[in-house]
Amino acid sequence: MRFVLLQNYGEVASMCPPMTEWSAKDIKAHIDFQHAMNADLIERGELVNAQGLAEPDQAKFVVADGAGGAVIIDGPFPESKELIAGFRLVDVDSMERALEIATLLSAAPGMGGESIRQPIEVRQVMSAPDPEM
Amino acid sequence: MPYTAIDTEHLLRSLAPQVLGVLLRRDGDFTAAEDAVQEAMVAATRQWPLSGQPDNPLGWLIRVANRRVIDERRGDEARRRRELLASSWSLPDPEPLPAHDDALLLLFLCCHPVLLPASAIPLTLRAVGGLTTREIAAAFLVPEPTMAQRISRAKTKVKAAGSRFRMPAEEEMHERVASVLRVLYLLFNEGYATSAGPDLHRTDLSGEAIRLSRALVAWLPDDPEVAGLLALMLLTDARRAARTTESGALVALAEQDRQRWDRSLIAEGSAVLNEALSRRSVGEYQLQAMVTSVHSRTATHGDTDWTEIAALYELLERLTGNPMVTLNRAVAVAMAEGPHAGLALLEPLAARLGSHHRWVAARAHLLQLAGDEAGAAETFAQAAAGATNLREQEHMLQLAASARGAGAAHDDAVVETGHS
Repeated sequence: MRFVLLQNYGEVASMCPPMTEWSAKDIKAHIDFQHAMNADLIERGELVNAQGLAEPDQAKFVVADGAGGAVIIDGPFPESKELIAGFRLVDVDSMERALEIATLLSAAPGMGGESIRQPIEVRQVMSAPDPEM
Repeated sequence: MPYTAIDTEHLLRSLAPQVLGVLLRRDGDFTAAEDAVQEAMVAATRQWPLSGQPDNPLGWLIRVANRRVIDERRGDEARRRRELLASSWSLPDPEPLPAHDDALLLLFLCCHPVLLPASAIPLTLRAVGGLTTREIAAAFLVPEPTMAQRISRAKTKVKAAGSRFRMPAEEEMHERVASVLRVLYLLFNEGYATSAGPDLHRTDLSGEAIRLSRALVAWLPDDPEVAGLLALMLLTDARRAARTTESGALVALAEQDRQRWDRSLIAEGSAVLNEALSRRSVGEYQLQAMVTSVHSRTATHGDTDWTEIAALYELLERLTGNPMVTLNRAVAVAMAEGPHAGLALLEPLAARLGSHHRWVAARAHLLQLAGDEAGAAETFAQAAAGATNLREQEHMLQLAASARGAGAAHDDAVVETGHS
């Protein structure tokens, strides 16, 4: 079963301030944690992909104008908190395991090494259909 | 004919389980031996097309793989003892044991009941099927290091379970064969389910499952369930061309152009099935193959003998107790005796399957058969919301829309009648 674990720019349960206000040591601990998570997921044979996305103010929205062209909207966006910050695609044996990974991710270290308690959106990826037997 | 990379690949794949068998007999360490065979195969893939195939390819592979095992074990020490090792390489080739025994024993190891299918399948493809990690990773759309780790952990788990490279004891034989059949069945499904559209370039996993099942029939000729599984795969695979549109959309069984079914696969599958049935020891794969066979020999969907299919599902239900089988039976009964008989079988499953989109979809179909288009439209939409695969979801959305359309047309007709 595949799941995407999504993180956005929304508020975190710990009320931890944004990373721009953290010490270099805290930032390093956070990045090391993310790398260690990926290494562990690879070691378990579960990681398919992990990507961080560029900042929301670099995002663009493209809307077709109905005449073959498009309107392209540049940031910044007032709803930037809803934009995706990054994702992991994992291939695991069960929903329980996906939730377990999300629990670990949500507890990533933030300012002063405290858990950020960031919400992780867990979404199952559609699979291929079974044969009609 | 010039010697090509394709020749190397075919040869290597047939030799891989034999090499592994020889190593396991010598040493018994599944994890190390399997890795070493994989490395030897990769080395052969690189070297043979350039330098030509060795006179004794099996001996070459055994020597190279054996060297890897020893190197791995001794680590740095290996370098210091190179001379000593060199003498061991020049030992005469061991007399290879009959290949089929080794591959069968490997199949028992790789499909060990302690493994979940997601691990057993890639391990089987590598150790018995002779595919490389890269090919397997590509087939499952997973990065190579992730797949390598999954295979490595699977081997560790088999080792920890204390499984040995030998025939399972008589009393566990049934469970072990059942485990192998299940892995091959799921491997087939994995390939069949994704054999369309953008995934066409993927390794032919269904073909692998059929290849391994054919071999298994030869190794275990007295087990009719093994033949039953092969028959099921052949009869199902025969529909492949009719099962998707050119753009990769799913075509339901009822709408498939049966002219496009592969007659030779059907003939072969039917022969295998009949031979299995003559042994008079029916099992779940033979029963499933029988259901598939009813469709195979029916010219049009409208002519289907639903009474026979319902009876087969009833046997299967008694054998497995699987509620999904009851669901299939309910649909067959609805086709044979009318939608209300089917719905009566379906409703009691609500407690066990009520949230499963397949149950919801079956209910929607039966409501539609019963003429309740509005109820069907609502229920198809509900099934679409619960679907966990895209093609099924698209299919459900379309059925919901056409049920809504039919309901609306029906309402219009009523209004018009009211006016006249």
